[in-house]
Order: sequence, then C-alpha cells, then structure tokens
Amino acid sequence: MNEHSISLLIYFVLAVFIGFEVISKVPTILHTPLMSGTNAIHGIIVIGALLIAVHAQTPVEIVLGFIAMVLATTNVVGGFVVTDRMLELFKGRRPATESKERTTIQAKSERTDRTERGAA
Amino acid sequence: MTTATSLIYLVSAVLFIVGLKFLSSPSTARRGNGIAAVGMMLAVGWTIVLLWGTFTPAGAAITVAGAAIGTTAGTVGARTVKMTAIPQMVALFNGVGGGAAALVAVSELLKLGGKPPDLLTGLPSIFAIIIGGVSFSGSMIAFAKLQGLMSGTPVTYPGQQVVNIVLTLGWIALAVVLLTVNSSGTVITLLVVLALAVGVGFVLPIGGANMPVVISLLNACTGLAVAASGFVLDNFALIVAGSLVGASGTLLTKLMSDAMGRSLVDVLFGAFGKVQVGDDAGPGMDGRTTRAGSPDDLGTMMTLRE
Repeated sequence: MNEHSISLLIYFVLAVFIGFEVISKVPTILHTPLMSGTNAIHGIIVIGALLIAVHAQTPVEIVLGFIAMVLATTNVVGGFVVTDRMLELFKGRRPATESKERTTIQAKSERTDRTERGAA
Repeated sequence: MTTATSLIYLVSAVLFIVGLKFLSSPSTARRGNGIAAVGMMLAVGWTIVLLWGTFTPAGAAITVAGAAIGTTAGTVGARTVKMTAIPQMVALFNGVGGGAAALVAVSELLKLGGKPPDLLTGLPSIFAIIIGGVSFSGSMIAFAKLQGLMSGTPVTYPGQQVVNIVLTLGWIALAVVLLTVNSSGTVITLLVVLALAVGVGFVLPIGGANMPVVISLLNACTGLAVAASGFVLDNFALIVAGSLVGASGTLLTKLMSDAMGRSLVDVLFGAFGKVQVGDDAGPGMDGRTTRAGSPDDLGTMMTLRE
C-alpha cells in the first residue's frame, strides 16, 4: 500500500467515527427523516456516474454510464426532495418566546382545572 | 486531485456533517437537509466544471439525458408520493443509489479488458458490486412489500438457509476467480446476478412491519458501497460522504430496532429457520406495534403537536 491509499483509508476511518458520533442523540420522531436525509447524501454517487459517463465510447460503456446517471440522479434529487417534504411537517413550530408563553398559559389552565376538581 | 478540487470537496464534506447534525434535532432538521443539499450541489457542480470539455460526444449525450430523466423521476416521485407511502419511496431512492454504485464499479473493472485487477482496485470493486447489488434488489423487495405489490408476510421455505449459504459461497468463489484468474464480462455479470439474488434472499423472510429497519440497514449498505466505489475511482468526496452514511446509517438502524423494543438480529433473522405464517412484528396488548421512547422523544412530540 502506498502513502496515497493510506490517506484514503484514514479519511474513511475518520468519517466512520464522525458518522457514528454526529447522529447519536436523534429523537425517535426523526428516525425516518434522518434515514431519508442520509439516503440523499449517498446520492453523491452521481459524481461516480459522471466520472464513468464522461469517457464512454463503447456500447457497453454507454449503456452502463447512462443507467448509472439515471439511477444516481434519481437517488440524489428524489432523496433531498422527499426529505424536505417530510420535514415540512416540522416547520409549523412556533418561535421560542411564543411557545414559552403558550406553556405558561397551559400551566395556568391546568392549575385552574385542578382547583376546580378539588372544589368539586 | 488539484488543490481547488480537494478544498471544494472538503467544504462539501463539512456541509454534509453539519447537515447530519442539524437533521438530528427537530427544530433544525429542515435546515440540515438544505445544508446537505448545498454541499451536494457544490461537489457535483464542481465535478461538472472539472470534467467540462473532456466529455466524449456519447458521454455528453448520456450525461444530459440521464440527468434529465433522473431529475424528472426523482422530483415527480418525491412530490407526488402520498405521505403514508414515503417509506417505500425512500427504499426506491436508496435502491437506485446502490445500483448506481455497483454499475460504477462494473464499468471500472471492464476497463481492465479481462486482466485480474490489483487488490487495491479489485477488493473495493467487488465490495461495491456485492453490497450495491444487495442494496438494489433488497430495496426493490422492500418497496414491493410496503407498496402491497407482494405479501408483507415473511416468505420462508424449507432449505432457505442452505440456499442463502450456497449463494454467499458462490459469490466468494467468484470474487476469488475475479481477483486471481480473470475479470471477464462473464465473471462480472455472474457476480452482479449473485449479488441481486443475495439481496432478494435476505429481505424475503423479513415481515412488512420490520421494513423500516431493513431499509435503514440497506441505506447504510449503499453508503458503504458508495465509499467503496470512491476507493475504486480514487475520489475523496465519495469516500467521505459514503462512509458518513455507512456509519450513521448503521447506528440509526440499531436505534430504530431499539425503538421497536427488539434486537437487530431478531428483526433481521427472526423468521429464519421457521416456516411461519402471519406477521412477525411484536404486537402490543391491543394488537398494534409498540415503540419505546425516552423523555426527549416525549418532549419533542409535545412541542410539535398542533
């Protein structure tokens, strides 16, 4: 193994550790969107498809390059769009101050509930 | 790689990592996806700039046509799919990525004109073909099960383990032939066919309710296949993005099976060795599947409720 392939191996190992670390605290509700988001990121194979399509000359190379381009582009475009659609559900989140206010009101009404129940 | 290329790929790698970080928190998730998409556009855009002027006429034609078809299919598929059908859509997008990774490796091997590749190219190529092929056919079965194109119940038959073991030994033998004797089109084609068969054999015995965990595992597999093709093509961006997805996808798979209250081994191989009918998801008292949750999950759900 030469020095160059060793450095490729180092990138690989370090990226594996980062991959483990970076999502370790994901809540259950985000499992599916996160799966879909990582799915979009491996759509980077479109670069691989480009690199084989660019020199395509023989019929076999042309067919392989074409199919690889179609599959990889579907992966990357579809992946990001579908993840964004899933996460649209999360955009209705209120700003921090507003939600705090809301919690206070709720807490108050809960207290009132308890008092009323106590009175009854 | 030139300095500019390395630096640009480095920026997109950072954007992917930040994107993943943001994706794992509810308030920033959507932005995280956007950040990752910017990283992707940067890496792909720069690669096109880099290759500009070196396209063969046929190469330019298939690139434009392929990108147009893929973009249309991806956008229409992702925009029109019903919210309830999103898991199978993700399976489909994941499968095609695995297929692309396998084809890239096939194409690189064919360039050798039948000579056995050296280990540094050969091993990652074989890995990309096998894992990418398994991910492709496995995802298609997962899609078919979730879409109702085939029964969601585990498909088991007597002698299933024997068949799977024979398939596995078959591809190991082929890999050895490819590395030592020759890498002709026939050997490579057989390897692809076997990889596809292994993927089908792997997903068939898993029940429909467990499919999300399986899709997540196949997603991690595609990530690793992409990283492997990165080694074949000597491309930093593919290696880093692929291994990020491989690792985070593996951890996510474990988290997902934990959330179902089952071990990963049980989810994947629960139906092995028993010919059974009915779904093998662990039903709760009222017959529905249950999920475990942490206080964090509860907090997230309460914040997001309408």
